[in-house]
Amino acid sequence: MEQETAKPPIIRSVGVDGMLVSFADRLSEPANRAALALSAALERENWDGVEEVSSSLVSSFVRFDPLHLSHADLREKLAALVEGCEWRAAALPEGRRLWHIPTVFGTELAPQLGQAAEAAGMSEAEAVKSLSEARVRVQAIGFAPGQPYLGELPEPWDIPRQSSLTKRIPEGALAVAIRQMVLFSVSAPTGWQHVGQTAIRLFQPEADQPFLLRPGDEAQFTPVDAETLASMRSDPKGGAESEPIR
Amino acid sequence: MSRALTIGRVGPGVTLQDEGRAGYLGFGLSRGGAADRLALAEGATLLGQGRDLAVLEMAGMGGDFTAEDDMRIALTGAPMQVTLDGAALAWNASHAMPKGAVLSIGGARTGSYGYLHVGGGFDAPKRLGARGAHLAAGLGAPLEQGARLELGEDRGRGTGLTLDPGERFGGGTVRIVESFQTALFPQDEVARFTATEFRRGARGNRMGVPLEQEGAGFTLEGGRNVLSDVVVPGDIQMTGDGTPYVLLAECQTTGGYPRIGTVLPCDMPRLVQAGPGAPLRFVFVSLEEAVELERAAARHVETLDKRLSLLLRDPQRMADLLSYDLISGVSAGDTHKH
Repeated sequence: MEQETAKPPIIRSVGVDGMLVSFADRLSEPANRAALALSAALERENWDGVEEVSSSLVSSFVRFDPLHLSHADLREKLAALVEGCEWRAAALPEGRRLWHIPTVFGTELAPQLGQAAEAAGMSEAEAVKSLSEARVRVQAIGFAPGQPYLGELPEPWDIPRQSSLTKRIPEGALAVAIRQMVLFSVSAPTGWQHVGQTAIRLFQPEADQPFLLRPGDEAQFTPVDAETLASMRSDPKGGAESEPIR
Repeated sequence: MSRALTIGRVGPGVTLQDEGRAGYLGFGLSRGGAADRLALAEGATLLGQGRDLAVLEMAGMGGDFTAEDDMRIALTGAPMQVTLDGAALAWNASHAMPKGAVLSIGGARTGSYGYLHVGGGFDAPKRLGARGAHLAAGLGAPLEQGARLELGEDRGRGTGLTLDPGERFGGGTVRIVESFQTALFPQDEVARFTATEFRRGARGNRMGVPLEQEGAGFTLEGGRNVLSDVVVPGDIQMTGDGTPYVLLAECQTTGGYPRIGTVLPCDMPRLVQAGPGAPLRFVFVSLEEAVELERAAARHVETLDKRLSLLLRDPQRMADLLSYDLISGVSAGDTHKH
């Protein structure tokens, strides 16, 4: 692990019009912190020829116009920015929020709590306690609109994804594997294990703020019963509340 | 009352499209937009209007469209069977469509995606900055029978122009650059990939298309343990069984399947237009070559108007026209004699 984080970040091209700065080849808190902080810095830099910045679990991505900014020039600018700061220890982006998200753990709404708890070596009650007490970070948003990868969960949750896919997991489902959680913004097939159900709508195309969560936000999943969750269905946030992180 | 086009019977994959929504990658939303961006530019050139206007994209099959008012139209992309009030119409051309006329568009003769453009563009409300449907994200939906599509104000004029789309509807050789994950594949697998003639699979949609072949799948050691990272349109990912899958406009924004290469943006029209079963080969070019090819493609788009020519009549209609001209010529001659 120490060796992992000591590696210098690598800069590689993505297709013809992308460049990627990667801080590791496996997920770690410092690598994720670096990706979030560098992406925020790149947004602030606002270089000519750069069209879009995003961050993934351990990388910052830049989409640019190679007809107006050469690969060599962009690589040089990125290398200089990367070397100018210890990104793995950098402050996380400004404006982050902590979300409290009401969640039904287990029951017929989240039928895989039992098997996931067993894989983690816990009773169902211990699993609910562990998952609801964990304060997790939005490490990245990706795959589907507004859908977060959340982590890192305590060590016992280093459980594999299922080899056979669940055909359909519903919108708002909370699923675990490999010390991470995914909170589903759409109904989708998945290998992640369905341990909780929320009423949150992460992607609301008609709203002023169509994407509820931002990379770097944190979340905690508050246990509620099915009746309480049902009463929160009319709220697009599904009863979720946020507070600024200072 | 705004001008409009109404839809009669319609194929299952007809959607409003435009240049898509850039800027939301960090929120998990890919750009989307027209599968064949060159066709978008060709239609705009034929009608002398901006490339940002919304058009109808027709996947494999069109539909019947009735004009509520006089309008200009253009047809681009994969050539499809088409008639206007029963008379055959030229593809890759602009036409006048009078009020009450019925445009009937059938199946693609070759290629995958045909486009119907109207003067002034389609005026649907914008969502997240664009009008195009992003089916994977649940933004918009395929159009259904009975839908009424309003048109924007048409500031241009003139029809009867045509534009040669070049040969891009039957597959062929597609140029790719190395992906940041190409090096994960053994060299001999990469060599086998470029030596293989694939066929565009029959499944496939706006998110991506599979590439089929007779040989073994393409694999790499530890491929299932690659950390999810950024995905871009044109990426060729290897799914679990070793089937290559080319990602298109509505692809996911991150993914864990390793990618062997990425199709050049300027070759995406050829890739997306390859119909089911069309042959496809891939050849690596350097990043430097790729940028020069993109520069040439951008110049091609900027100078499309220099390639416009007057539409010659369809051979099918020529017989009617000749007889009409003959009669009018005779009568004109008669007039002179008197």
